[in-house]
Amino acid sequence: MRNILLVATAAVALAIPSVINAAEEHEVHLAKQEWSFNGVLGKFDKEQVQRGFQVYKDVCSACHSLQYLAFRNFEDLGYSEEQVKALAGQYEVTDGPNDEGEMFKRKAKASDHLPHPFPNDQAARAANGGALPPDLSLVTKAREGGPDYIYNLLLAYEEPPKGFELLPGLNYNKVFPGNQIAMAKQIQDGLVTYADGAPNDAAHVAKDVTAFLHWVAEPKLDARHSTGLRVLLYTLLFTVLAYLAKRRIWAKIEH
Amino acid sequence: MDNQKSVWRRAFEWHEARLPIISYIDHAVGTQYPAPKNLNYFWNFGFIAGFMLMTMILTGIFLAMNYTDHTSMAFDSVEHIMRDVNYGWLIRYMHFNGASFFFIAVYIHIFRGLYYGSYKAPREVLWWIGVIILIVMMATAFMGYVLPWGQMSFWGAKVITSLFTAIPVVGDAITTLLWGGFGVDNPTLNRFFSLHYLLPFVILGLVVLHIWALHIPGSNNPLGIDAAPADKIPFHPYYTAKDAFGVGVFLLFYFAVVFYAPNALGDPVNYVKANPLVTPNSIVPEWYLLPFYAILRAIPNKLLGFIAMFGALLVLFVLPWLDTSRVRSATFRPVYRVFFWLFLLNAIMLGWCGAQHPEGLPLVLSRLGTAWYFLHMIVILPVVGWLETPKPLPVSISQSVLKPAE
Ligand code: HEC
Ligand code: HEM
Repeated sequence: MRNILLVATAAVALAIPSVINAAEEHEVHLAKQEWSFNGVLGKFDKEQVQRGFQVYKDVCSACHSLQYLAFRNFEDLGYSEEQVKALAGQYEVTDGPNDEGEMFKRKAKASDHLPHPFPNDQAARAANGGALPPDLSLVTKAREGGPDYIYNLLLAYEEPPKGFELLPGLNYNKVFPGNQIAMAKQIQDGLVTYADGAPNDAAHVAKDVTAFLHWVAEPKLDARHSTGLRVLLYTLLFTVLAYLAKRRIWAKIEH
Repeated sequence: MDNQKSVWRRAFEWHEARLPIISYIDHAVGTQYPAPKNLNYFWNFGFIAGFMLMTMILTGIFLAMNYTDHTSMAFDSVEHIMRDVNYGWLIRYMHFNGASFFFIAVYIHIFRGLYYGSYKAPREVLWWIGVIILIVMMATAFMGYVLPWGQMSFWGAKVITSLFTAIPVVGDAITTLLWGGFGVDNPTLNRFFSLHYLLPFVILGLVVLHIWALHIPGSNNPLGIDAAPADKIPFHPYYTAKDAFGVGVFLLFYFAVVFYAPNALGDPVNYVKANPLVTPNSIVPEWYLLPFYAILRAIPNKLLGFIAMFGALLVLFVLPWLDTSRVRSATFRPVYRVFFWLFLLNAIMLGWCGAQHPEGLPLVLSRLGTAWYFLHMIVILPVVGWLETPKPLPVSISQSVLKPAE
C-alpha cells in the first residue's frame, strides 16, 4: 500500500507544473458561478440553454457567428424534428450556384449551420469600428477561466478609473485583458423577456447566454459525464478484482 | 499418443512448429521469463507505458480516419470529430490526454531507473534504447500537437522549428526542409502528419528492441543486486497479475481526467484557429516538454541554448559511465539518494520555469536549474561514486526478505 501511495504522489508531482501554470495565468478575480454542468453528475439545464439561445438570437447574433452550430443540433436540447424545421425556416441561407450559375437565397434546412451575420471578416470589421467580433462556438473553452470568464466579462463594464486613457471607440471592462474592449456593454436588466417567465435581470441573462455558449462549445458534455461515471465504476471494479487476484496468486511468495 | 491431445492442442503445435510466435511471446512476457520476486510497484510503469502506446496508436488510427491535414480544414476537422463522429469526443480526449499520461508513465519509469541504478552494467544498451524512445516520443507528441492547427499548434511549431536556424552553416537548409518552404505552412502540416503517423510505429519497434535487451541480463530490482535463479518467479502469472492491478489504478487517474477535466492539461488558446498574424501572449509547449524548454530559454545565446536543450537529453546516453559507483540501488547509497531527490525537485522546478515568461525570478531559477542539471550529471555523479561509502549489500534477495537489510 505504501508503494501505491508513493507512486500516486510521484504521478501528481509530475503533473504539478502544468496545473500551477493553468492556475496562474489569469490574475483578475472571477466570481465563480454554480453551473449546472459542473461536477461529476453535472449536465446542461436545457431550459437555461434555450433561454440563452434566445439571448444569442435577439442580441449577439447581430455581430457574432456560431460556425459549428447546425439547426439539427437543437434536437439535443429536446426540440422535435418539427420544431427544428420551424426554427431553421426562420433563417435564409445562400446556396448555389443554380443551373444559371447564380447564387440564390433559400430557407434554411435542419442540416444547415446558422448563417453568419456578415458575408466576411472585412464586412464584420467595417461594421464594428475595425474590431472583429470573434466566432463564439468555442469561446468558453478558448479563454483562461472558461464559462466563469465569459460570464464575468459580460457584466464587467464600468466607468474607467480616473486617469485611465480609453482609446476612442473602446469600452472599459474590468475583466478583459488590457481593460479596453471594442464590444459595447450588451447585457442589461430586462434585455429580453423569457417565455417561461424566468428572471431576466442582467446577471441571469449573462448566465443563461454563457450556459448556451458552453453548450455550443462542448455539446457532448452530458454524454461525457454519464459515460465517465460508468467507465470509472467499471474500472474500479476491475481494479479491485485484479487486486484480489494478485493477492491470491502471490500468497505463497515471500517478498 | 498423439490422438489423445485435443484438436486445439494439435492445431497449436502444428502452428508453433512453423511459426513459434506464442512461445516467443511466452518467453518475452510469459511463463518463460523469470523475474526477480522483489519488484515493487515502480516496476509497473514499463507495462503501463506499453499500454499507453497501444492506446495512442488505436485512438490515433481512428482520429486519422476523420482528420484532414490541410491548414484550411484541420481545425474544422477536429471540431467535426468532436461533434459529428460517433464517440469522436471520446477518441480525441483519450488521445489528447493519453499523450500526457504516456509521458507521466515514462517519466516515472525513467526516474525509477535513476533511483535503482537500472542504467548501469550490464544494462547500458537497454538504457540507450530507452533514451531514444524518449526522444522519438517527444518528436511525436510535438508534431501531434501541431495537427489541430490551433494558435499554439502554429506558434509552437514556429518557435521550435526556428531553433534549427541557429545551427551554423546548414541551419537554414534544415529549417527549410522541416517547413517544406519558407515558413510554417501547409507543407509543414502535411509532413508533420505523415511523421506523426509513422513515428509511433518506430517507437513500437524500439520497444521490441528494449524488451529484447532487457531479457539478456533480466530485470533489475529494488536491491540492485543480481538475482539468483532461486529468487526469480515467472513473469506470468505473477507480474501479469500485478501489472493488471497497476494498469487499473493508472486508468482510474487517466479516465478521471479524460471524462471530467479533459482540457485541464491543454492550453485554451489552442481552441482558437491558427492565425499567423496574431501572436499569443505567451508561447508555451505542453507540460512534458517544459523542463527542456526552460533549459533552452535559460541561455541567452540561441545556438548555445539549442545545444544545452539537446545536450540535456544526449547526456543521458553517457550516464552509465558518468555514475562511477558500482552499487546500483540508491537504497544502499546514502549520499547519492539525497542528490537523486534534489535532481527530481530540480526537474520539476525547471518545468515550472518553462511555463513562465523568461524574466525575473523564473529566469534566475531556470539558469540555476540548468546549471544544477549539468552539474549533477557531469560532476556530482562521478565524484559521489568515488567518495561515497555504500551500505553493505545483502548477499541475496531471499536473505534480505528474511532479515531486512536495514
Ligand atoms: C454590436 C456588435 C456586437 C454585439 C451585438 C455583441 N458583440 Fe460580442 N464582441 C463584439 C466585438 C467587436 C468584439 C471584439 C472585442 C475586442 O476584441 O476588443 C466582441 C467580443 C466578444 C467576446 C470575446 C471577448 C474576449 O475575451 O476576447 C465575447 C465572449 C462576446 N463578444 C460575447 C458576446 C455576447 C454573449 C453577446 C450577446 C449578449 C455579444 N457579444 C454581442 C461585438 C458585439
Ligand atoms: C507515441 C504515440 C503518440 C503520441 C505521444 C501522440 C500525441 C499527440 C498529440 C499531443 C496530439 C494533439 C492533440 C490535440 O491537441 O488535440 C495528437 C493529435 C493527433 N494524433 Fe497523435 N500521438 C501518438 C500516436 C498517434 C498515432 C499512431 C496516430 C495515427 C495512426 C495519431 C494520429 C493523430 C491525429 C490524426 C491527431 C490530430 C487530431 C487531434 O488533434 O485530436 N497519433 N497526437
